[in-house]
Amino acid sequence: MNLTFENVTKMVGGTPHLYTADFTLGRGLNVLIGPTLAGKTTLLRLMAGLDQPTRGRVLVNGRDMADVPVRKRNVAMVYQQFINYPSFTVYDNIASPLRRAGIGKAAIDRRVRETADLVQIGDLLDRLPAELSGGQQQRTAMARALVKDADLLLFDEPLVNLDYKLREELRAEMREIFARREAIVVYATTEPLEALLLGGAVVVLDQGRVLQTGPTVSVFHHPQSVRVGQVFSDPPMNLIDGVVANGAAMLGGGIRLPLIAHLSGLSEGRYMFGLRANHLSITQGSIDDVAVAATTELAEVNGSETFIHVGHHGTSWVVQEEGVYPLGLGRPIQVFVNPRHVFAFDGDGMLVAAPRRRAHGLNG
Amino acid sequence: MEKTKDNRAWFLVIPVFVIVAFSAIIPLMTVVNYSVQDIFGPNERFFVGVEWFKEILHDERLHEALLRQFLFSGLVLLIEIPLGVAIALAMPKKGWAASLSLVLLALPLLIPWNVIGTIWIIFTRPDIGLLGATINGLGIDFDHTAAPLDAWITVMLMEVWHWTPLVVLLAYAGLQAIPDAFYQAASIDGASRWAVFRYIQLPKMRGVLTIAILLRFMDSFLIYAEPFVLTGGGPGNATTFLSIHLVKIAVGQFDLGPAAAFSIIYFLIVLLFSWLFYQALQNVGKGE
Repeated sequence: MNLTFENVTKMVGGTPHLYTADFTLGRGLNVLIGPTLAGKTTLLRLMAGLDQPTRGRVLVNGRDMADVPVRKRNVAMVYQQFINYPSFTVYDNIASPLRRAGIGKAAIDRRVRETADLVQIGDLLDRLPAELSGGQQQRTAMARALVKDADLLLFDEPLVNLDYKLREELRAEMREIFARREAIVVYATTEPLEALLLGGAVVVLDQGRVLQTGPTVSVFHHPQSVRVGQVFSDPPMNLIDGVVANGAAMLGGGIRLPLIAHLSGLSEGRYMFGLRANHLSITQGSIDDVAVAATTELAEVNGSETFIHVGHHGTSWVVQEEGVYPLGLGRPIQVFVNPRHVFAFDGDGMLVAAPRRRAHGLNG
Repeated sequence: MEKTKDNRAWFLVIPVFVIVAFSAIIPLMTVVNYSVQDIFGPNERFFVGVEWFKEILHDERLHEALLRQFLFSGLVLLIEIPLGVAIALAMPKKGWAASLSLVLLALPLLIPWNVIGTIWIIFTRPDIGLLGATINGLGIDFDHTAAPLDAWITVMLMEVWHWTPLVVLLAYAGLQAIPDAFYQAASIDGASRWAVFRYIQLPKMRGVLTIAILLRFMDSFLIYAEPFVLTGGGPGNATTFLSIHLVKIAVGQFDLGPAAAFSIIYFLIVLLFSWLFYQALQNVGKGE
């Protein structure tokens, strides 16, 4: 089973919301990542058949879907808002897609209960949506989507309106549920971390353009361009101009990075270097680390992490540190950069060298 | 935290107490005062107990007015609520057309009540009125000053024209508050237009429609100025609603005692029915 976009362009009132998107999604989980207004919802609406492409074709298993109406397509969708029928109980909400399909009463009852148990609302079947918490309402909406064995399951940032504890819980459950499905699952999100936790394949979207597709983890480690690096990093990748000459990379402000590991193959010339915030540190981690003199601009404490914004020769970097660092502002600080973690992009912003991955997961 | 007791805090309540006293308690008690006494002059008054209440409750004309009033309010709700919802559903959702239709709809609500009556007197005059002359020109004999049915039709028309926009505005606000995702979900489910209305729009409008029904009931039950100006309660007593009857007793005949007793009963009826409507509407939709 696959879903193909063939040079799809979507114009809304004269403004393009999607430019010549051309990609194929297979069964299993596909994450759609991009900042707000990237065109994620436009893409989902085209997939669902709620909108028609201005140019290009949307194919399911090679069949053009242009003249198949929405209700004839076997699609289910979950939204940011918790969408349920307000006057139906949880049971009737979950049963509604099945009743429409004209399935027998006993079969409906069995599937409703199964699905409700799957998303852990088996004991809430008699309640009305208004009597549920946000998390339970979204579970009900998910159950409505999951109950009907759709070929195409679409999730439009389903967790943004929930608190983070619930998000983690639901995310883990969804990952398991998706793994057992035959359907093509498309999950839109703005968050790189969410994409990585869900895994699967990824479509990176920015300003209406599909920038890169591929397995989620490998796209994360090999962002084809600066822009992918930016979109697929939170906080966005730190960038700095530099020149490779005489066996070293000279970055703005007199930083000299030795060309070791993956950087050793760089030829002389101008580059854009990119560094993820979690690879910058205010403590020296290894002997390869290069110290950079900077000034603290802002320290944001976020849970158990601190995002330290530092200024260095007119550019601003973000350093992500585990733990809480109450730092004074405008103070000099040393930031450590390890050349092994630096991405190198050429003058057109395309990837030239990516850090080699170590065996363990996300730190590569 | 430890609670401290300071009696001076009562001073802070005084302004509210004074305002409520002058706006509600004192006028109400004045009416109660009148309703239990027979007053002949400044120093001549007799306590009569519930005598006026008994008299009022057995008043034939009051019974008729009350019946007329229920019929009128019932018709108002039956016509204005569905009509208001239908218009709200048909209105443009956004853009300049939405703003324009909102402004046009709100116009009747901005006209002073007594002017409304005057407008409709002229509008329905058989000789020069746009509506009256047209209808009579079609060969239909229509005159609200002569025929009771014509008077009713005219008063209803005026009321519907004047107040349906309020229902529309409330329903429209309720509809606008429904996220677009509901409609998308409905079209993915393959829901019909009727199902969208019945299972999404109507339940989502329950809150605003409760308010609309309460407001329209109370307001139409208390109607006075428009029919007073238009028909003066006539022809005969055909459009003598409760408040018109009340004013006839109080101002026309200067029977302050019965009028006061009447006012209290009137007030209690409105209160009772508003409460009943509220309770009923709270349960509708919840129990489905």
